[in-house]
Amino acid sequence: MKPADQMTWKDLNIGCVITEPGNAAEYKSGDWRSMRPVWDKDRCIQCGVCYIYCPDAAIYKTEDNYFEADLYYCKGCGICVRECITGAIRLVEEEE
Amino acid sequence: MPKRVGMEVSIAASEAVRLANVDAVAAYPITPQTHIVEHLSEFVANGELDAEFIPVESEHSAMSVCCGTSAAGARTFTCTSSQGLALMSEIVFIASAMQLPIVMILANRSLSGPLSIWNDHTDVMMVRDCGWIQAFGDNGQEIFDMTLAAFKIAEDHRVVLPFMVNMDGFILSHVIEPIELMDQETVDKFLPPYKPVYRLHPDNPVTMGAFAMPDLYTETKKAQDERLKASLPVIEEIWNEFGDLTGRYYHPVETYKAEDAKTLFITMGSFGETASTAVDAMREEGEKIGLCKIRLWRPFPYEAFWNAVKDVETLIVIDRATSYGGPGGPVASELRSALYTWDNPPKVVDFIAGLAGRDVAPRDYQEMYKRAQQRIASGDIAGYEIYGARE
Repeated sequence: MKPADQMTWKDLNIGCVITEPGNAAEYKSGDWRSMRPVWDKDRCIQCGVCYIYCPDAAIYKTEDNYFEADLYYCKGCGICVRECITGAIRLVEEEE
Repeated sequence: MPKRVGMEVSIAASEAVRLANVDAVAAYPITPQTHIVEHLSEFVANGELDAEFIPVESEHSAMSVCCGTSAAGARTFTCTSSQGLALMSEIVFIASAMQLPIVMILANRSLSGPLSIWNDHTDVMMVRDCGWIQAFGDNGQEIFDMTLAAFKIAEDHRVVLPFMVNMDGFILSHVIEPIELMDQETVDKFLPPYKPVYRLHPDNPVTMGAFAMPDLYTETKKAQDERLKASLPVIEEIWNEFGDLTGRYYHPVETYKAEDAKTLFITMGSFGETASTAVDAMREEGEKIGLCKIRLWRPFPYEAFWNAVKDVETLIVIDRATSYGGPGGPVASELRSALYTWDNPPKVVDFIAGLAGRDVAPRDYQEMYKRAQQRIASGDIAGYEIYGARE
């Protein structure tokens, strides 16, 4: 299926039915972000609270058991920053 | 040929729904639609109709349930009226956007306030732009026929849209008329079982009613509009097929004694019957007058309308709803707009009449004809006149 901003009206199914399961994953909610979370590994205790609380499941575990945001999906909402027990996450401005 | 039997039009309408062998009915009773719901409920309770009858707590829920059953692949019917339509209106727009081929009879009744249960077209005009196919019947037979044909049109894979059959409240719904029903065998040949293009089923999951971002919403609306417009030839084709089967042919625009007419009354719904009586009387007095009935309101049949009025000088529109502070009643406004590109369009004189069940008798048509002549002579044909309002 084409990306939504390239579809013509003729590409739409009857009733705009979506026949491809799970294609919401293609939507880049990361475009909404104005600030991005950054982890301080010195403070991080690898508890995974950020991973659990992320409303978009946009935080994943790295190979060395720390956590990072998948910037394709991360909206920069800051819930991880708020919930982090040790204050290891902060939001930084996205560069233009 | 089946014989004609005297029955209340609401019963005939529910017979049409029974013969269509619907799978699901969800409706909330409201005057003047109540008898249809009651009879369908009896049919299901007596085992005469194998359908789910889903009692609901409001019309909002009725239309919501209809969307669910239709999405699951069930042939779905509901009916409502006035305030009920207002309450369900949110979902009415969603049903058409999701292209769910629900059939609804709207027993036309005025909207409150003041509270009124009687007939006019303010309810249907409220949802004029809801994206449903909208058609009117003049009499009980037409309501029966329109309803049966509605299922076939709505479910046709070239259409797949909800269909609203407009039936004037009380004037039709509560009147006993001679109706020619159809036998089940004939109906089954005309109307095969519903085969949805998409349906909610665990074996083949789909998403219905997804949201659209600004980068796609415009395309969804364009698709919806093209889809509704493209239904017109299919509607004509299926009405013709119905005519071949029953001898009763229907057209998007129908005329009566219009061949040499200089003036045409324009009506929708049951007023066409009285207007034709008035035309007969006025013809005897030598007036060159005829009648043009708009059966199909959406999609609007421009070609058929243009063809019907191409040789006339004056159109007298009987609007049955008010667009307060607007350019005219909804019908006259649209007809004026449809004629705007003509070099010498007929004059459109608009009367808003028959509000909330006030009778419009043949003599009223004669009076409106006279008033139209006066208004044309004085150059006062813009806007509209609320006919019969006591000064």
